[in-house]
Amino acid sequence: MATTTISKPETLVGKSIRRREDPRLITGTATYVDDIKMPGMHHACIVRSPHAAARIRSINSKPALERPGVAAVFTGADIKDLGPVPCGASLPGLRVPHHHLLAQDRVYYVGHPVAVVVASDRYIAADAADLVEVDYEPAQAVADPEKALAAGAPAVHPQWPDNVAFTHHQEGGDTAQAFRDAEVVVKQRITSQRLIPSAMETRGVVADWRSGEKSLTIYSSTQIPHLLRSLLAGILGMPEHYLRVVTPEVGGGFGSKLQVYAEEALMGFVARRIGKPVKWIESRRENCLTTIHGRGHVDYFELAARRDGTMLGLKLKLIQDIGAYHQLLTPAIPTLSVLMMPGLYNFRNIWADVIGVFTNCVPTDAYRGAGRPEATHGIERMVDILAAELKMDPAEIRMKNFVGAGDFPYSTPTGLTYDSGDYAAPLKKALAEVDYAGLRQEQAQARSQGKWIGIGISAYGELCGAGPSPALPVGGWENATVRIEPSGKVTVLTGASPHGQGEETTFAQIVADELGVGIDDVVVLHGDTAIVAYGIGTFGSRGTAVGGAALYYALQELKTKVKKFGAFMLKSERVAFAGGACLDERTGQSVSLAEIAAAAYRGIQLPPNTQPGLVATHFWEPPNFTFPFGAHIAVTEVDSDTGQIHIRRYVAVDDCGKIINPLLVDGQVHGGVAQGLGQALWEEAVYDDNGQLLSGEFTDYALPKAHLMPWIESSHTETPSPVNPLGVKGVGEAGTIGCSPAVVNSVVDALSPLGVRHIDMPLTPEKIWKLIQGGRA
Amino acid sequence: MKRKISLTINGKPYTGEVEPRLLLIHYLREVAGLTGPHIGCETSICGACTVMLDGKAVKSCTMFAVQADGRQVLTIEGLGTDGKLDPMQEAFWNEHALQCGFCTPGMILTAKQLLADNPHPTDQEIRHGLEGNLCRCTGYQHIVNAVKAAAAGKGA
Repeated sequence: MATTTISKPETLVGKSIRRREDPRLITGTATYVDDIKMPGMHHACIVRSPHAAARIRSINSKPALERPGVAAVFTGADIKDLGPVPCGASLPGLRVPHHHLLAQDRVYYVGHPVAVVVASDRYIAADAADLVEVDYEPAQAVADPEKALAAGAPAVHPQWPDNVAFTHHQEGGDTAQAFRDAEVVVKQRITSQRLIPSAMETRGVVADWRSGEKSLTIYSSTQIPHLLRSLLAGILGMPEHYLRVVTPEVGGGFGSKLQVYAEEALMGFVARRIGKPVKWIESRRENCLTTIHGRGHVDYFELAARRDGTMLGLKLKLIQDIGAYHQLLTPAIPTLSVLMMPGLYNFRNIWADVIGVFTNCVPTDAYRGAGRPEATHGIERMVDILAAELKMDPAEIRMKNFVGAGDFPYSTPTGLTYDSGDYAAPLKKALAEVDYAGLRQEQAQARSQGKWIGIGISAYGELCGAGPSPALPVGGWENATVRIEPSGKVTVLTGASPHGQGEETTFAQIVADELGVGIDDVVVLHGDTAIVAYGIGTFGSRGTAVGGAALYYALQELKTKVKKFGAFMLKSERVAFAGGACLDERTGQSVSLAEIAAAAYRGIQLPPNTQPGLVATHFWEPPNFTFPFGAHIAVTEVDSDTGQIHIRRYVAVDDCGKIINPLLVDGQVHGGVAQGLGQALWEEAVYDDNGQLLSGEFTDYALPKAHLMPWIESSHTETPSPVNPLGVKGVGEAGTIGCSPAVVNSVVDALSPLGVRHIDMPLTPEKIWKLIQGGRA
Repeated sequence: MKRKISLTINGKPYTGEVEPRLLLIHYLREVAGLTGPHIGCETSICGACTVMLDGKAVKSCTMFAVQADGRQVLTIEGLGTDGKLDPMQEAFWNEHALQCGFCTPGMILTAKQLLADNPHPTDQEIRHGLEGNLCRCTGYQHIVNAVKAAAAGKGA
């Protein structure tokens, strides 16, 4: 006990603090799945289908089994009673093909797992995989969703000859009336091509079966350790409490590891069968072929408006390329696009028909933005097309239709309630930053000299921070435990499973402020089902908005208990807790958190009706989503001789609510913009008519590189969310969602004198050059 | 038929018999037990496997271990001295030049090579110097900042 004056502590929330994750990462001492080694560990290699559609006549494993070092070969017959790979989403009438861990009598896409070879070393496993003889009877495949819907198309699953996986309809308001009232209607087919998420670390699994305990530990590069554990228990038919999932360092996810994959269950099966630990590390080729893809939309939009630019209603026919199976959330992704159809605008009439289509391709699922980039791209393209039709300025038409700053909470015709916002603010800021009026003058002059300069605006909104629970196929909450150790140091366990986002730092900032301790007195642990009680995971920009809020509430519970101890120890009823100590405001006497913690664990003198220890766990479900927003402007110049697009300026003004760590927020924006720009300009998963993936390696799949990226001028407006006590909204996907329409709008604007009205992504030089040649001719 | 090789990794001698087809990255990871160099693409595109061979940055996923016979290899684990971070590591940390961290060891070694070749690069020279290393998280901007900071002697 001491007599002190407690000064107001320096707060860490809102400060750019370098990450506490980094020392292990910059020294190469972090442990990713492939870094795990165990005594007697075997290696698995998976035999995959080279055909997009075929019947399996026979499989001969004998030559592989004869190779020295091979422990086992398993085929579909061995696992036919396990599984299936789960689809967590449900829609009325959804057709769910049984998704076995290994192919049974047919294969449905190139890369479909057919057999698994297990050997003492990874080279031998790969050699032996080549020795497995699979006799295929190839069948006709279909790789394009519109072709798959055409009469006479090959059936992906013979039991469903129309290839329709589901249909989904949503409407709000009176769209028919809106279109009757319209003075102008613009229509456009807009595609959002298939993308390969391309986390730098491929997937990987180590499975460790302990026969004495009948327990299985799965180490997997995943975004959702707890959900994976619950679902694997079902797939493998083993008791959940004997299953542990550990997520070591994860080298990027972007939605592609928000999954339960066949290989994760397969390795559990293999480890149990051979009685030894087994490791499987996905090759990059396998990653391109068999990890989920993103996007895969063909959208038909119709926008109704008055001639003064007032938007009245939007119709959408959305064709979603499903691929051959549903993965965890596949059918739910396009329904998110529909929810986001109103964008930031206040029109009241929405009509959407979604059709999910089976193709002989790897399944699509959540990839950075998951349905929201597709929606935003479509809406923001349609607004520009309307502006061009009405010869209105694209900034002006947006300002005219924005939901007003005084209209929150705002109910959308798709049933959402936007939490807070001032949608004009980031657009005004971005317009000022680029000197919009000056740019338009420069553009006019450049055009007179035959130069193509474009200015592209996107004003985006997103839906983040999922739950509440009814809005998700899994729980929409998150969990946090805060434990003040006997020494006064603080351990945080979070159910969010960060993998690069930096919550080991931002969560520690929150704790440091709330408990008045130093950031180095806090450690944040995650990603191990044996350590963290339960959690949902990190995806959909929910880590801080839900996980951080759960942490905040756990801290409040703990502070109440700390104060109870403080009051008891100080023998006072008027005790304040600040700066890491409890203070009797009358006497100036104080006890430090370390002293309180020591007493709480020693347990000899406890306040009445108080248990020993200082631990609080809180499960928090948000009452609503959060709705970040922003405006991006891309200024481009198109080289008419080569079709190359040069981005002269890229301005991003994002409002992600309250900012915990500006340095990390900018990192998220930059990375998000890079992925949006990748879609806009370079990336595409290209399947040929036979279902062969032509862009199935990094040699062929065009990821953004350092010299291709523009300088991103990132700034913010800060509108707190009322949904959670931190006021945060989420920022993980903002850059991606805002970027692609800004860039495409810019290039279309540049080429508009040639009569160009729309260009589908990616805007390759070849595509642009041909448009210019056509326009000149 | 195995072949005997001897090489130095981070100042430590290694001798042993390897299959001629064994990739250098697998030697470093599986035989020498290192965890810094990573395998990202197996086609020399991503640069996650970048190490220094006799002082030059190379991609160890498309080199055989036997080609490193008699040579000096430096990996991220060998960077920095006496428990102190190398200025480039420090700059990556200060500038938030990494998120998931998977590309980072290779990226840092390539950045070291870049400054060895050109101690005062422009932004565009930095970007071109890094084009053989992919990062899916950062959009490269903070990496460019880190290399600039290291070139300016910050973080030392």
